[in-house]
Amino acid sequence: MPEENGDGKSKTGVLEKAKDSAAALRETLTEKAKQQATELKEPEKTQLYRSIFRVKHDEEPRNRALSVLSNVFFHLHPAKVNRDATKYNFTWGMGGITFYLFIVLTFTGVLLMFYYHPSKVQAFRDILYLENDVPFGKLLRNMHRWAAHLMIIAVWLHMFRVFMTGSYKRPREFNWCVGVLLMVLTMLLSFTGYLLPDDQLGFWAVTVGTNMARATPLLGNEGPGGPQMGMTPYNDVRFALLGGSIVDANALLRAYIWHCIAIPLIVAIFLGVHFWRVRKDGGISGPAPVMLESEIKEERSPRPVILRPSGMG
Amino acid sequence: MPFDWRQIWEIASAPDNVPIVALLFVAPFFMWYALRQGIANDKLIAILEGDAQAAKTKYRKTQEWDPKWEREVHTWPYLMRMEFLVAILVTVLLMVWSLTLNAPLEEPANPNVTMNPAKAPWYFLGLQEMLVYFDPWIAGVVMPTLIIVGLMVIPYIDSNPLGNGYYTYKQRRFSIWTFLVGFIGLWVLMIVIGTFIRGPGWMWFWPGQTWDAERVDYAVNRNLDQVFGIDGSWLAPIFHTTKDQAAIWARAIFGIFPLVIFFIVAAILVHWVCTRTEFSKKIYKRMSLLQLVTMYTFLILMLSLPIKILLRLVFTIKYIWVTPWFSI
Repeated sequence: MPEENGDGKSKTGVLEKAKDSAAALRETLTEKAKQQATELKEPEKTQLYRSIFRVKHDEEPRNRALSVLSNVFFHLHPAKVNRDATKYNFTWGMGGITFYLFIVLTFTGVLLMFYYHPSKVQAFRDILYLENDVPFGKLLRNMHRWAAHLMIIAVWLHMFRVFMTGSYKRPREFNWCVGVLLMVLTMLLSFTGYLLPDDQLGFWAVTVGTNMARATPLLGNEGPGGPQMGMTPYNDVRFALLGGSIVDANALLRAYIWHCIAIPLIVAIFLGVHFWRVRKDGGISGPAPVMLESEIKEERSPRPVILRPSGMG
Repeated sequence: MPFDWRQIWEIASAPDNVPIVALLFVAPFFMWYALRQGIANDKLIAILEGDAQAAKTKYRKTQEWDPKWEREVHTWPYLMRMEFLVAILVTVLLMVWSLTLNAPLEEPANPNVTMNPAKAPWYFLGLQEMLVYFDPWIAGVVMPTLIIVGLMVIPYIDSNPLGNGYYTYKQRRFSIWTFLVGFIGLWVLMIVIGTFIRGPGWMWFWPGQTWDAERVDYAVNRNLDQVFGIDGSWLAPIFHTTKDQAAIWARAIFGIFPLVIFFIVAAILVHWVCTRTEFSKKIYKRMSLLQLVTMYTFLILMLSLPIKILLRLVFTIKYIWVTPWFSI
């Protein structure tokens, strides 16, 4: 070895070898890079993709079903749905739009909370600040406001559609009741938000609204039976709502907590029940084949309802 | 007085009134959309009822159908692509709406400066309008409770098994009419009145009339007992009370009669409507006593609102039953 080291030829040989291997390496690297670049064009084929989505991305019925069933966000859906239910004309998409607006409102609402103090000194100024100084603050507030109004309209139309298609009938009776409560909660959410800018509009709207609570039978100081129950303006149900006998700092704080924490939590729970029951009651109700009057069966009571989870063929 | 377009524009363009203006178009549209599909299904039902063979073999939907097609399709992509599309469209709509129209912000809250008119948010204006016809404990507490409970009992009193999962009109005439009267007639219409008609002092301004805060209405509202001239003066000597005392008792007792008469007449009316056709009779027979009592009670109570509106607006009658503790 030492002699060889002294040899000029073999030196060139080593150099050559190194050059060769470098060239080879360059080639394999380019090869690899090319190959990986082409792979990047189809990221859904990579192990990274599989590790996130848990299923292979193939145009196979099995994987199409799995991509819905094994995804925490998508698995609210069944794997398969009634072919005619995918069209707009039956559901009008109103339930989905309502839920989407709830998400939009949560998102914009959380952002708004960063700029808002629920105190008499700050609240109104925070809105001015939000409207004039915060980047996109005005857009944020506008979106929150209009999404809230839109959500109420969407809830009403959703209820109207469910009624017109008779979707509250057996076995979906209870889910209709959950839906009615969700509608009431939606309106309460909107109403509690009304006071938060602490301007004349909200103040008087809430004054008018809570003044009715004075007249609650038995529990309001001006309601029938109220005085006999010992109700005064300082201990009745209106006092409990406002945290005082007038719409003031405590009312603002209570409206804020109801609006941002309490009611959204309650809504989230009812939403969970609502969606879960949609699935358990056999998916959405239709469009079902029409039934004829001659096919009405005699009522047998109580009739057990055996349900087939939707999408199970 | 000239027609005040400016006033109409002022009401309709108030940012918080935009949703109710939108509802004026959206609600009738979806009503038409639902009934159109209902009528299409009714035609199909009529064909199937008349042809036993077709009833067995025909695809029982108005949607397109090919025997080669599968009845169910994959949620992904066939349903979820629609959902994503709708989400994008709603976002675009919200963006455009938010860029073009600002959320209202008035002066800082000031308990010493009363807003006139002081209005609740638009979706509660139906309840605020009800305050004209009922005392606050009914309009603000009892009625909302009845509406919520009434909506929740619907599935438990509707004993008609037809029309489950498809649009129809003929198979569910009664329930659809009831819902439309309640939703469009009593809820949406009351909101529209509260938004467009009620001006300063919650006074009635026809569309095109200028909202005049100086206007004074000389109300001549009377109670029903005053119309009949009940003062109970003949009772006073019998029970050895003062005339005032006797009048209070006479009125409290008198008021029970129109109320009872209303309940009886309304019950008869409701019963007549519920058993009008052969089909209604069939459904009527399927109902339990509890279901019947619940349904009649809610329908009668629902009927009380338009009756009270009529009495108040047309006959200027305020209370039907006056007692020392409450009045109806």
